[in-house]
Amino acid sequence: MQAQEIYEKLKAEFGDAIIEFNAEPFFDPFVLVTTDKLFDICLYLRDTQGLEFDYLSCLGGMDYKENLGVVYHLYSIKLKHTFVIKVTVSKENPFVPTVERIWRTADWHEREAYDMMGIQFEGHHNLIRILCPYDWENFPLRKDYVQPDEYHGMKVPY
Amino acid sequence: MGLLNKLDDPYYGGGIILGKVEDILNWGRSKSDWYLQFGLACCAIEFMAVNASHFDFMRFGCIPRTSPRQADFIIISGTVTFKMAERIKVLYEQMAEPKYVISMGSCSNCGGPYWEHGYHVLKGVDRIIPVDVYIPGCPPRPEALEEGMIRLQEKINKQAIFNKRKRLAEEEKQELIIDN
Amino acid sequence: MGETKKVEFEYSQIDSERMRLNVGPQHPSTHGVLRLEVELDGEIVTEVIPHIGYLHRCFEKHCEKMTYPQVIPYIDRMDYICAMNNEWPYVMGIEKLMGIEVPEKVEYIRVIFAELNRIANHQIAIATFGLDAGAFTPFLYLFRDREFILSIFEKASGGRLLYNYYWVGGLAADVHKEFKEDVLSIVKQVRETNKEIADLLLYNKIFIERVANVGILPADVAISYGCSGPVARGSGLAFDLRKDAPYSIYDRFDFDVVTGHGEVGTVGDCFDRNIVRFHEMEQSCRIIEQAIEQMPMDGDVREKLPKKIRPPKGEIYTKAENPKGELGFYIVSNGTDKPERIKSRGTSFVNLSVLPEISKGYLFADLIMILGSVDIVLGEVDR
Ligand code: SF4
Repeated sequence: MQAQEIYEKLKAEFGDAIIEFNAEPFFDPFVLVTTDKLFDICLYLRDTQGLEFDYLSCLGGMDYKENLGVVYHLYSIKLKHTFVIKVTVSKENPFVPTVERIWRTADWHEREAYDMMGIQFEGHHNLIRILCPYDWENFPLRKDYVQPDEYHGMKVPY
Repeated sequence: MGLLNKLDDPYYGGGIILGKVEDILNWGRSKSDWYLQFGLACCAIEFMAVNASHFDFMRFGCIPRTSPRQADFIIISGTVTFKMAERIKVLYEQMAEPKYVISMGSCSNCGGPYWEHGYHVLKGVDRIIPVDVYIPGCPPRPEALEEGMIRLQEKINKQAIFNKRKRLAEEEKQELIIDN
Repeated sequence: MGETKKVEFEYSQIDSERMRLNVGPQHPSTHGVLRLEVELDGEIVTEVIPHIGYLHRCFEKHCEKMTYPQVIPYIDRMDYICAMNNEWPYVMGIEKLMGIEVPEKVEYIRVIFAELNRIANHQIAIATFGLDAGAFTPFLYLFRDREFILSIFEKASGGRLLYNYYWVGGLAADVHKEFKEDVLSIVKQVRETNKEIADLLLYNKIFIERVANVGILPADVAISYGCSGPVARGSGLAFDLRKDAPYSIYDRFDFDVVTGHGEVGTVGDCFDRNIVRFHEMEQSCRIIEQAIEQMPMDGDVREKLPKKIRPPKGEIYTKAENPKGELGFYIVSNGTDKPERIKSRGTSFVNLSVLPEISKGYLFADLIMILGSVDIVLGEVDR
């Protein structure tokens, strides 16, 4: 199914929760959705006949300077089509509902997004750091991150 | 040091060698070094290749040990991150004396490709443990690792065993005299 | 005399003391610096918690600071066993953004090298899997053959392990003159060794006893956990991006997608995952032979290299079939010569997340086999 059709289907189902559809050249077509309906939209995408996005390829946290975002790349093994969803949240209040119960692979991806970007996934069963040490400070992939000088007595800069 | 060459020499004949006990001990020590089976990153794959049939690391008398207590030397083969650095220190401390460290690859020498923006990479394993031999390369070729091994053997061969402190003190005194 | 009281219990209700065991990060069977926290009930594994990040080398941070061509060496170092395959989705994505058509010859060389590297990867996977089971000889055989493959890579790119060979728009250098003959002789050698490996290791009765019916991964769980590559195909799922979303010139070749079908045990056990790798080597050989036949020998592999790599503003998710599964890059370009953000979907990272699920209820010794059968590379898990 083409992205345009999927978007129309979503728009008919969720209305205002779909903020924007982008199909500019050089962009994988994506929809921007609101965070409060994200879980329902994902569930709908997975369970509706004709969509059946049963495979979460990639989940990545983003830093758009003013705010943060999460990008979901979906794929359907049966129907072999792809789709992209985005949400944005503010830096002061970075709460996104978890999709861990829809695709279990989201568990580790969300932990990584939390570790790198500091996005809080509401309802995640075990949201702790995954790549950096558990006592690491700050979120390294934010654009304004500065390297620490020292970690446990070891010098960090070259 | 050519102990075996001496045996071949007709003038020494009869299989008798005159030499220092220290030399013989060092000869034995350097020709049977056991290493800790331990790999970190990409360099560890080259390290595995050295262990396999083409390069045959065992001909240097090197046998992998899985416990640090039985190992003579450790090859730091790859990137040392902060999360891992503390464990490496523990591993090193668990090894029995005398112990040696080979730092394999640019990463463990100085941070390698990650030296500038690698917020989680330790820039050189020598910041936490002493290193005997550095092998440059990213990754070093297997031949380079073998050369590093030979260098380590040379180093072991030259080491003092008996009256170590006394001798060191004397050497220091000599140096002081020369310096002054 | 007082009454004796009858006590009834079920065997499974007897609760022995739980024990927590730490495996790694330095452990001969964890394939790198992985730490597993295992909870044991007697010898039965009740819980596995992987702790990763011991090789976190800040790949995504580096991408933001480097120019597009400079990122390629870092991608090599993600999954250092199959570096050729790693570079491919990345350069493909940027070519798509910039609208570059690569020459025919380049496509063929890319396919041949990717498939050769797939063979090399599976050789390591099977060799170390055998090592985990206690078989040392296959390790020596397979590493001997791997060296031949590496020598071809070395002739072309100059590197044994990390190549920086696939460039945006072409290749770093042309192949040598006797390329075709050399590759064909390697294919012959691989086939010969494979026969030996099948007898020596894979269909060895002791080995089968050890791996059959262990670590069963049902297909729906595999999808939910995002597994791909031999791990998903071992569960009977015909999911191969080379067939499902054909990229490059894979639609010109005739090959099969190998899936596990419970040859000696249940579908999706350790044996199936491994036998899929084994048969995939044969399929790769077939692809290579066809590619060698069709490949033009004249043409310049560097003619389409752009002077300046500056993709237009845009976003793209590119993926390719790595030996371990789907490797994806989400590339966000802001119109300058440095990427805004590159998010990598590490194959092993995703495949490893299924480990706690499939190792519950097996013996501790089986956990080692299950981990070996998933075939992870820590560089890609931690990035
Ligand atoms: S020196 Fe190079 S090859 Fe070795 S671990 Fe570092 S990046 Fe990898």
